[in-house]
This record gives sequence, structure tokens and C-alpha cells, in this order.
Amino acid sequence: MKRRTFVIRSLLAAGALGIGWTLLPPRGRLGRGDDIPTDDGEQALNGWVKIGTDSTVTILMAKSEMGQGIHTTLAMLLADELDADWSSVRTAMSPIDAIYNNAPAITAALPFRADDDGLMHRTADWLTRKFVREAGEMITGGSTSIADLWLPMREAGASARAMLVAAAATRWKVPASEITVVRGVVTHARTSRRATFGELVTDAATLSVPHDAPLKTPAQFRIIGKPTSRLESSVKQRGTATFGIDVQLPNMLHASVVMCPVLGGTVQSHDAKAALAMPGVRHVTTVAGWNGGTAGIAVIADTPWHAMRAAKAVTVAWDPGAMAGVNTASLMQRLSSALTDGDGFGYHSHGNARNALQQASRRISAEYHAPYLAHAPMEPINCTVLLKNGKATVWASTQIPSVARRAVASALDIDTDDVEIHVQYLGGGFGRRLEVDFIAQAAAIAKVAEGTPVQVLWSREEDVRHDFYRPACVARYDAGFDADGTLVAWTSHSASQSVVSNVMHRYFGLADIPVDRSTLEGAFDQPYDFPAVRAAHTIVSLPVPVGYWRSVGYSHTTFFTESFMDEVAHAVAQDPVAFRLSLLQERPRHAAVLTRVAQLAGWNAPGTVQKDGVRTGRGVALHESYGSVTAQVADVEISADGTLRVTHVWCVIDCGFPVNPTMIRQQLEGGIIFGLSTALHGEITIADGRVVQGNFNDFQVLRQNETPAITVEIMPSDLPPSGVGEPPVPPVAPAVANAIFAATGQRLRTLPLRLTTTS
Amino acid sequence: MPTTITVNGAPLAVQAEPDTPLLWVLRGELRLTGTKFGCGIAACGVCTVHLDGQPVRACVTPLSTVGTRAVTTIEGLTGPDADALHAAWTALDVVQCGYCQPGQIMSACALLRAKPSPTDADIDAAMSGNLCRCGTYPRVRAAIHRAAEQL
Repeated sequence: MKRRTFVIRSLLAAGALGIGWTLLPPRGRLGRGDDIPTDDGEQALNGWVKIGTDSTVTILMAKSEMGQGIHTTLAMLLADELDADWSSVRTAMSPIDAIYNNAPAITAALPFRADDDGLMHRTADWLTRKFVREAGEMITGGSTSIADLWLPMREAGASARAMLVAAAATRWKVPASEITVVRGVVTHARTSRRATFGELVTDAATLSVPHDAPLKTPAQFRIIGKPTSRLESSVKQRGTATFGIDVQLPNMLHASVVMCPVLGGTVQSHDAKAALAMPGVRHVTTVAGWNGGTAGIAVIADTPWHAMRAAKAVTVAWDPGAMAGVNTASLMQRLSSALTDGDGFGYHSHGNARNALQQASRRISAEYHAPYLAHAPMEPINCTVLLKNGKATVWASTQIPSVARRAVASALDIDTDDVEIHVQYLGGGFGRRLEVDFIAQAAAIAKVAEGTPVQVLWSREEDVRHDFYRPACVARYDAGFDADGTLVAWTSHSASQSVVSNVMHRYFGLADIPVDRSTLEGAFDQPYDFPAVRAAHTIVSLPVPVGYWRSVGYSHTTFFTESFMDEVAHAVAQDPVAFRLSLLQERPRHAAVLTRVAQLAGWNAPGTVQKDGVRTGRGVALHESYGSVTAQVADVEISADGTLRVTHVWCVIDCGFPVNPTMIRQQLEGGIIFGLSTALHGEITIADGRVVQGNFNDFQVLRQNETPAITVEIMPSDLPPSGVGEPPVPPVAPAVANAIFAATGQRLRTLPLRLTTTS
Repeated sequence: MPTTITVNGAPLAVQAEPDTPLLWVLRGELRLTGTKFGCGIAACGVCTVHLDGQPVRACVTPLSTVGTRAVTTIEGLTGPDADALHAAWTALDVVQCGYCQPGQIMSACALLRAKPSPTDADIDAAMSGNLCRCGTYPRVRAAIHRAAEQL
């Protein structure tokens, strides 16, 4: 399909979301604050900030806090422009409104390389932003929060500051230009007058919201760019922060669910007699598979334990449905066959790579495999719903409240205006909480106990076995060299399910889309200047539910691309860092990040070092994602008995202007560890339509004793800030695989990385 | 018939059946939600509490086995070592999503009480059962060392 056709289709898709907000100009995102709930003595100065007469500054959060520190960092943006006293800053979740909708999350999904500045890309980007703002989703994902709100939060702070200054100028009858604001105190030096925000806010709130307040220059930043600790650190340490699972309501009942072990299956019949006879049990009900979820039964009881125990006592005859008989081997075979059935949809090509490859004097090729993966956030899936008098109130850990609201309305057949969502802290998201299956399910369960709040909590087994998985992927890479050994062609062809197709179907009921950038991001959009290149993908329709998983396509394609880059470097007998740099001569930003990580790690020609039977090796990987450039070096150690240990990972990122270095460093360290879980352990397998793994005993994640030393560095930059939550995840696996090759000569092309022999 | 247990210093009569895991007595009946649910099979450590100062996984500890032992949860964790841990956790910006952190701190506190100057190997042994998906491990380790130094 031509790109033009795709763009039009994607815009139609966006239009089909159909909410009908009016188009908002950039500063139109300020809002008036009329709809924001306020306490006594509190005034909203726009849609993003309210100030109390006690001078407490409450900053409204359009993003979910799931560990990435976004509440702290967004508050910094607004507080700096407001010249607030940081110690008086609080945060609160915003309501759902168009001004809080996320544009970059959607535009980043368009199938263009980041360096494509063509008319088509710019037009598509502009049109999509327009549509997204109108159609609108409030979403936390895609490492887009800072890119989305970098200006709106600052504009809101500057606008509110101007209102406070104007109120003071009127009261003191002095020119506004002579008034200064420092840490929440408004001063007119010449007449020695001063007032706190709290003393001015009532007057300020009567003024119109200015849309032209000047923003600070970076040199004037007092909070932005300074390492700043997480606002909610203490409550999380002391167990007093409220995650979704911690919501407590009067008379609240608890529900436990058991879904069909075969994904997508349904309930044929069930016998609840034994369960209903157990103490504390109120109701047993069947529940449909909502928004892509699987059907099952639910037990509603007085306490979580009563519900859990009784859920196991319900006898169910399942109808396994279409997934019966499906297993990992057959799924992987379907993906492998797709690589030979055609040459895929080309997302990026330059030169005639296929010809160049055919005419090459020498070729190498490799096939890579990545498994399905679960998200397994530490807070198990849960949601609390009260349905009363035709209105639903929902308390949930969710990354996507606007879609959740529609899902609840649809499940209960009520109007979206009759659904209120209260977003709680998320005990991890990683993309799992971009799904609304469990929220609609909870609404349907709560209907059984109408008038009483019901908290639905999944067991860990239900979470691992009823996830929306990172898709498995198979890819073939080829490289050709001329007689001098110079690289002349690079091609890749991968095959996997489409996450975007799956998600759009679940969110909006849209039909399959034929092109999905996320399937081969990391393969088609990388910075290397190849003489001839073609990157293609074949979308394969398979029945496994797949979803966004921290770093999405990059999570595996970067493993393929950067492993093959290492293979190519070795094929031409060049140092892996030097070889990459030779392909980055027009890419100073990428070259600088790679050079810096090599310096930081003390890069030397990586080779096998043997001592007392212990082999060590060092590998490197570089990639660009979510607007940021990340490079990592990994050191591994393989003991005489073949035990692999990653001993040190160095990471350098260029993420544009670093708004909060503290949170960026946390994300880099955490992303490396998340990536190591995948590199070394993560694998979901399917047998007869059922996910085999069920808990942390068989879906292993990295532990304290396996954690390497980690060194991170943030490149200074004046570019607008870009993503940090996902970029550090993908390079870990290839850096480790390349280090294993350096240590052992074994080229591991399948995740998770498993040494085949010990010799 | 109610069972009496001592939680954070106070004797409390609870209604739960004797086979109820302590986790659900704490969360479901006593509304002490600082102790988290993560796996139900003692595989993740987010439900770590102390019984007479010893760290246990509350999700697999039946109420009937608690007896007269003193239950301490994150809400009731006090003392100079607890204060030093919280201070170190704050100073080193350990927390991310935060869900596993009460369990991490409960395990860390039990470690410091057993070994006031833990080595890295001691930390590996005591803390490797406390999973964290956000990847706070390096800072957890550093914060334990820092708290030990401050004590």
C-alpha cells in the first residue's frame, strides 16, 4: 500500500474515535479551570494549577504516575514558571478533558523515520495532531509525557504567575513590570510591599487567563533541569500511598476472577454450589471477555481472601474456542514461514538493496527470534467500581483513563458522562495498564452488586496468563560486501503480529490495519548510513492477544539490528564501535553518544579474556527511540561451569534538555534492569492455547543478586526534551549478546539468551 | 471465634478463619494496606512483615501459625534502624513505582538487625527474594549500605 493511502486511513481511524472536541490552539490547552474540583479557599487559575489561601500550590496531573516520576517532573515545569516555593507544591490527578489529551503518543506511531522531514511526514503529523486533539485520548505511554507537556505546563505556570502579578499590581496601584516573584512571594521593592500567593489568589482568580505570558529562558530556570527528588517518595516508602489495590470504601465487597485458561475461551457451564456455601461469599457470576479479555467466572465476597478461596471452588466447563491446540512451536513456524512467503512491506529503502545483495561478492545472513513476553507489574491487576443510580465511579491504576471511561460506559450501557474515573498510583504499568479489559470487567462484575462498591483483584496467575503480550517476532537479516570487504547492502525482513492493529481493535473496534510502524521500529529507523538498505515487515495474524510492552517494537528489533551490526563488524574484522562510527559520519548526535559510552566504559577491542576458566567479554549497542539516542556497553563473565553473569552496564543517553536528571537516571538504571530481565529470563510459552507460565517462580525477572554495576550519564543538550522511560530498555539485550560472543564465540540469536554449551 | 494477634504493638481480635493468610488479615480486615499482595506463593517479597523481628512472607503465613509472635508491618516499623533506612531511601532516591518498597524496607530492616554492617553478599542473600520490576536494586543496595554507615 502506498504511504499516502496509509496516512489517509490512519486519519480516518483517528476521526472514527469521534468525541468531537473543538480544535485547540497550542495555548488553548491552558483551560479556565472551571471544571476542576476545588476545596474551600482554593482557586483554579487555569486547567493545570490551583492555589489555596494558605499558598499551597496544587498542580493538576494529566499523566499517570507509574514509577517514571512524571508527577514530580511535570510539577517542576509549572512550578518554575510560576516561581512557586517548591516546598508548597502538591499534585492531584486532573479530570478527563481535551486539554489533557496526548498528541505525540499518536503522531509518533506514524510510519516515518524520525529524520524524515518530507512534506508527507510533516503534513501527516500536523493533520494527526489536529485530529488527536479533537478526538482525544488521555494517555500515559510511548515515553511522550514530557514531549507532550513541556510547553503546556510551563505556559500554565507563566499564565498563573501573570495573574498573581496583575492582582498585586491592581491592589498596590503599581506597574506590573516592577513586581518580582521569588519562591511564592510577590514583591514590589520600591514600595516595600509583599504578598504571598495565598493572599493574592482570590483576586487573581477573577482575572481573565492570559495566553501570552512570556516563558523563561533556560538560563532563568530555577527548578527545571535541577536534580529533584520524587514528591511521593515518603508515602510510598511508608506504605501510605494509595495504589489501585489499596482503595478502601465503606461496605466494599471483593471479587476474584478465574478466566478460561485458554486465551479467548468462554464458559460453557459452571457449578457454584460449593463456592456459594463458603463463608463470606455473596455472589458467583459469569463474566464475559471485555475489550479483548477472556471470559470467566467471578466470586464476590466480603474480603479478598474469601473471594479468592471460593473462586477456586467453582467448577467450570470451558469452551476453549479458537486457541485450542495452539502452541509456541506452531506460532513460531507461522512467523518463520512468513519470511519466505514474500518479501514484506518495505518501510524504508535506499538504493537497490536487493540487487546490491545479489551482486555482492560475499554475503552473511542471520535469523533472530524473540518470544512473547508478559508485563507482570508488581501490583496485580485490579479495579474498583461503584455502580449506583445509573452512574459509575471507578478507582483504577490505569494509563488511559479516557478509553477506560468509554469501556465502562459501554460495559454498563450508560453514558460516558455518567462515568467518573479516579486514577490511583500505578504499581508498575509497562503498557499493561494501557489495556481496559480489567476495567470493563470490573464494571460488569460491580453491576451484580449494584449499589455497593466492588474491588476486583486478579491473582498473579490470572495476570500472567491473561496479559496482552509483547509479540513474538522472527527476523532475517542479510548483508552484502564487495570484493574489498566493504559493506554494500543491508536488508531486514521481520514477521510478527501487529500491536497497533490489536489495540485499535480493542479500544475502538476498528478493523485490522495493513501497516504498523511499531512492528519494525528499531529496524527501519536507525541512524546508520548504509550504501543500500531495505527494511521490511510482514504482519502475521495470530490469535495471541498482543499489546504495548515497554519499548514496544524496539524491545526486540534493536536486539536483532544491533546483534547483526556486531556480526557485520566481525565479518569485516573491524572494532564494533569503530565500525558503527564509520556509518555515523553524518550523525554527530549518535556518534557523540556512542563515543562517550565507549570512553566511559574504557572501551578496548573486546575479546576473550580467560583466567581460571572464567571468560569475560564486552559488547556494545546503540539505538534511537522516542526521540532519544541511547548507547550501552555491557561486560559479561562466564564461569567455568557456564554460568553467565552480567557484571557491568554503562549507559549514555541524549534525551534533549534533561528536565529532571534524578528521574532520568532512575529510568536509565531501571530500564537496563527491565531489559536484562528480558535478555536473560523472559519468555512466555503457549501449550494447547494456554500460557504455561503463571507466577514469578516460572516467569523469572531479574533479582538483586543478578544486578550488575550500572553507570549512567546524561549528555548535555539544548534540544527539546524527548523520551526516557523506554529508550534504555532495548540496547541491553544486544550489548549482552555481543559481549557473550566476544567472550565465547557463541552468537546467540534467540531471546532469552541461553548458552548452548559450557565449553 | 476471633483470634487475637499483636500487630504493631497492639493486641487485636480478628474474625478471619484460622487458615487465612496473615496478608489478608492485615489488608482485608485490619485495613493495613502498606503490606502488599504480589504473588501469593512467597515468590516476590512485597508482603514481607516481621514476626518477632524475623522477616516472613505474609501471603503464605496462615493466621493460625502467628500465635503470640509480634507482627510488625511497614506502618509500625520504628526504631533507629528504620529511621536510618527511610532517610537513606529518601537521600538516594530509591523509590520508583513504590509498590515493592515497603517489602524491600522490611527485608532490609531485618537484615540490619541481624547484620549491622552487611556485605554485598549479605545483601544478595537477604534481598534477592524481594522483586522489583522498576529496577531499584542498585539504589536499594546503596541505601542499605548508607543506613548501616549512619547507624
